[in-house]
Amino acid sequence: MAIVYQKSKGLTDVEFHYCPGCTHGIVHKLVAETLEELNILDNAVGVAPVGCSVFAYNYFNCDMQGAAHGRAPAVATGIKRVLPEHVVFTYQGDGDLAAIGTAEIVHAAMRGEKFTTIFINNAIYGMTGGQMAPTTLVGQRATTAPLGREREHYGSPIRMSEMLATIDGAAYIERVTVTTPANIIKAKRAIKKAFQLQIEGKGFTMIEVLSTCPTNWGLTPVEALEWVKEKMGPFFPLGVFRDITAEEAK
Amino acid sequence: MAYNDILIAGFGGQGVMSMGTTMAEAALSEGLNVSWLPSYGPEMRGGTANCSVVIADSEIISPIVVQPSELIAMNLPSLDKFEPTVKPGGYIFVNNSIIKRKLVRTDVKAIYVPTLDIADELGNMRVANMVMLGSYIEATGVLKFDTVVNMLRNIFTGKKAHLVEINQQALQRGAACAKI
Amino acid sequence: MAKELWKGNEAIAEAAIRAGCRCYFGYPITPQSEIPEYMSLHMPKVGGIFLQSESEVAAINMVYGASGAGARVMTSSSSPGVSLKQEGISYICSAELPAVIVNVMRGGPGLGTIQPAQGDYFQATRGGGHGDYRVIVFAPANIQEVVDLMQDSFELADKYRMPVMMIMDGMIGQMMEPVEWKKPAVKLEDLPAKPWATTGTKGMRAPNVINSLFIDPNASNDHNMRLHAKYQHIIANEQRYETAETEDAELIFVAFGTPARLARAAARLLEEEGIKAGVFRPITIWPYPYDALYEAAAQDSVKAVVTVEMNTGQMIDDVRIAVRGCKPVSFVGQAGGRVPTPQEVAAAARLALGR
Ligand SMILES: Cc1ncc(C[n+]2csc(CCOP(=O)(O)OP(=O)(O)O)c2C)c(N)n1
Ligand code: SF4
Repeated sequence: MAIVYQKSKGLTDVEFHYCPGCTHGIVHKLVAETLEELNILDNAVGVAPVGCSVFAYNYFNCDMQGAAHGRAPAVATGIKRVLPEHVVFTYQGDGDLAAIGTAEIVHAAMRGEKFTTIFINNAIYGMTGGQMAPTTLVGQRATTAPLGREREHYGSPIRMSEMLATIDGAAYIERVTVTTPANIIKAKRAIKKAFQLQIEGKGFTMIEVLSTCPTNWGLTPVEALEWVKEKMGPFFPLGVFRDITAEEAK
Repeated sequence: MAYNDILIAGFGGQGVMSMGTTMAEAALSEGLNVSWLPSYGPEMRGGTANCSVVIADSEIISPIVVQPSELIAMNLPSLDKFEPTVKPGGYIFVNNSIIKRKLVRTDVKAIYVPTLDIADELGNMRVANMVMLGSYIEATGVLKFDTVVNMLRNIFTGKKAHLVEINQQALQRGAACAKI
Repeated sequence: MAKELWKGNEAIAEAAIRAGCRCYFGYPITPQSEIPEYMSLHMPKVGGIFLQSESEVAAINMVYGASGAGARVMTSSSSPGVSLKQEGISYICSAELPAVIVNVMRGGPGLGTIQPAQGDYFQATRGGGHGDYRVIVFAPANIQEVVDLMQDSFELADKYRMPVMMIMDGMIGQMMEPVEWKKPAVKLEDLPAKPWATTGTKGMRAPNVINSLFIDPNASNDHNMRLHAKYQHIIANEQRYETAETEDAELIFVAFGTPARLARAAARLLEEEGIKAGVFRPITIWPYPYDALYEAAAQDSVKAVVTVEMNTGQMIDDVRIAVRGCKPVSFVGQAGGRVPTPQEVAAAARLALGR
């Protein structure tokens, strides 16, 4: 029988613990396929965050380290400086990357650390039960913003891709989503490009993925996909925010 | 001296936690001492959940139930896991709408309660818990039916007042399961 | 007043509001996230401030600023987050600012587990940050006690101008128990004046400075000695403990928080075998009730002392200091999220008694 599809070698056989309709799983698959296709599984080192993807070290079929909450970019810096020929990546949520770990990601980008960050922006803290994230939309309810996020009190959500794109050390920054097959293909392309540029030693690379959290948004999986498009999309536009290869080409 | 170590276990979403808090509230309003302790953590996401309720007319020593005097098993994994821990002479309430096996233990009292079938007959699947609670009260005599009914009257008011009736029926149907 | 059923974490938050706390800064972490969640809903209702910070490091420094500005302020977290607060706690102690810090402990080290544990005893009682400092630490064993101690915590923090910590395992945060609100809610106008706070000179006084830098070694030494004298005063005046059936006991369990309840359960099992076991429970773990424990242990009837902890043995150091070698001291416990059973505790007691 002809095999038309099989699980990437980049993933172990451990079953994901993600909720139904959560897009963490899709992004894992894209990263795993990229590692496999670029043939770097045996020299890749990943860093898992603290967040719903805390068990990522069980899922990626390569060496992994688990970091303290928010510190993955510092841990990845340590790894990459010791193993400059290896491919290093972090996988982080928006609480991890854009709240407690903001300093670490900004300074890793500034130093032009040659690793790739996969940034899952689901506008909420999934793991701890739906508290407000720095990326929570104005008006969006969270367990620590029971009446919805107020701009007066908390300001507007932070756009990490746009912010990090202003840093010289960043080589490639793109925001994607995985809500449709076409978007998934684009996301895969972006992730692959980021890893390729890392291998070429261009600098810091990050792919932000607008992701779902049906559980804490209180939506069905289908509604959640719609919510990404309708609510998150306008505030977090998709696109490439920094690409030094394009600038070099000019 | 009454001292009841109760363990309620099932799937997340089966209302296991709220059955426990209902019992705790009822015990409190009867002037008894009580504690309610949930299992917590990521395993609750779609997995099994349980809570320990201790009801006593004396001081509650430990809120942790290691050896329940009564186990309420709402699903098979919970029965498999906790059946061996029940005190000899204790009770096991089995939600036999979905648990298809009988007890292995012979030194405990078994009460089989088809909670979902009865709730279905009553026309509201949400009262399955109340069916189980009815059985529990009937079998153990730990709480009074009146207390629970009064609580229901306080919870369901206005437009929801009609729900008191069906919950009351659920308690009675559950109690009937414990009489046999 | 009638008793009400409260979840531990929510009772902590409500008790703080009733104790006049109008300022809360924190970051979510299991198993205490219900504290900030409750605060987010109820602080605004009393005109208070709730702010979710970007990290525990930020939260404790917000506490520093708000306390220096004269507010009755609190933060809470669980073990990994409390580790991040240690730098700030050291600064708050040096700057002599009042604050209440709640640690609903989970298992460590590292990310550990979210299940209940007591692995932060050393961190709390020995000072997890740098320098010579102490914080008053309460270790309540049930929700009623948490509630009862909350007002005292804020009052002692103001009185001594230092942080008061409340530590409890995650179980107390997650469980529900009846609570009676014994004390009336504090009226804000009754709170003590804070003439040292940076509230603006209004042209009426010299500027106030809140600071922890004493660059001159003499000034630094003086500052440390003054803090030391304050801590000595607290040691002499603020020890709290509870005993249950320790008089003429053959064996004494020593436990803080939930394990004290397990020890009581174990004592009942032993009673059935004719062994009289009592429980000594420190309520303040700093200052530690050394003398009271010594007296209990030194009774002729006592043959052994057993500490019960949800860690690998931390408070046992203080128990040894207290007992001064007069009786054998042994340990029973589980770490990293497992809770010892009364049966295990009773077995350890039999072993200690050689039975
Ligand atoms: C120092 C510290 N503070 C807080 C936590 C609790 N915590 C675990 S994950 C998390 C945030 C998770 O949100 P996010 O990073 O957005 O990831 P998601 O779960 O949504 O994928 C928090 C606050 C922790 N583990 N360590
Ligand atoms: S809680 Fe949200 S982010 Fe976490 S696994 Fe579930 S859906 Fe995904």
